[in-house]
Amino acid sequence: MTTATLNDYVLLSAVLFAIGFFGVLLRRNTLVIFMSLELMLVASTLALVAFSRFNGTMDGNVFVFFILTVAAAEVAVGLAIIVALFRKRHTVQVDELNTLKN
Amino acid sequence: MAQILFYAFALFTLACAVGVVVNKNAVNAAMCLLLALVGVAGLFVQLDAYLLAFLLLLVYAGAVVALFLFIVMLLDTKDTASRGFRKVSTFASVFALGLLATGVSAFALRGRLTTPNPNLAAAVGTDLKHYAYQLFTTYLLPVQVIGFLLLIAMLGVIVLSKRWEGLDDIK
Repeated sequence: MTTATLNDYVLLSAVLFAIGFFGVLLRRNTLVIFMSLELMLVASTLALVAFSRFNGTMDGNVFVFFILTVAAAEVAVGLAIIVALFRKRHTVQVDELNTLKN
Repeated sequence: MAQILFYAFALFTLACAVGVVVNKNAVNAAMCLLLALVGVAGLFVQLDAYLLAFLLLLVYAGAVVALFLFIVMLLDTKDTASRGFRKVSTFASVFALGLLATGVSAFALRGRLTTPNPNLAAAVGTDLKHYAYQLFTTYLLPVQVIGFLLLIAMLGVIVLSKRWEGLDDIK
C-alpha cells in the first residue's frame, strides 16, 4: 500500500531531525531540550524503518527495536540526572548551570 | 489514497514537532511530543511495521511521555522564556537553517534513491514470528547486551535518586 517514495520518507525524517536539532540549540529548559533529543531519535528510527521497508529487509526494523529499548533506558537515566541537578541547584535552565564555565 | 494519508501524517507530525520546540510551557511541549509520536506511529503503519508502531505508542507515547510529564510537574519550573536567545545560538541557528534549506531543496529536487519497487517486494517483518526468529538467532548477543544495559540503567537511576548522607553539604 506504499505509494509515497523513499525520498519522501527520508526528506521527512531529515526535517523532523532538524526540528529537534533547533529545539536543542534554541531552548533553555533542560526538559524541553531532552524532549527535542527524543524527537531526533524518533526521526532517525523513521529513516531506518523506511530504508528497511523499501529494501525488503527487516534488519532496520530490528535495529529500531533496540533503539526503542535504549531510548527508554536513556530517558530514565536522563530524567534522574535532571532531578538530581534540580535538587542541588534549584533550576533547570541551562544558562544558570554554568559552574564549569569560569 | 495512501499518498494522501502519508502527507496528512507527515504534516501532522511536523506541526506537532514544531509545537514541541516553540511552546513556552513544558507541559504543552510534552503533549505536542505525544502527538508527534502518534503521527510517527501512523507513518510506521504505512510502512507495514505494525509491531514497531504499537511499540512506539506503548513505550514512547505511553511510558516516556508520562515520565516527562511527571518530572515536569514534579519540578514545577518557572517560566523564564521571556528573555531572548543568546547571540551564539541565534547565529548558529541561522547558519544551520541556511544549510538545512540548501540540503533539503537539493535533495527534494535532484535526489533519487534507487530502490526496488516496494509494491512488488513483499513486506517482511509484518508478523511477530519474524521478529522473534531474528531476535533469537542473528541478534541474540545484542538482546543480551540490551538486557544488561537495562539492568545497569536501573541501578544507575537508583544510585542517582538516592540521597547520600553528607554529600548534600558539598556545594
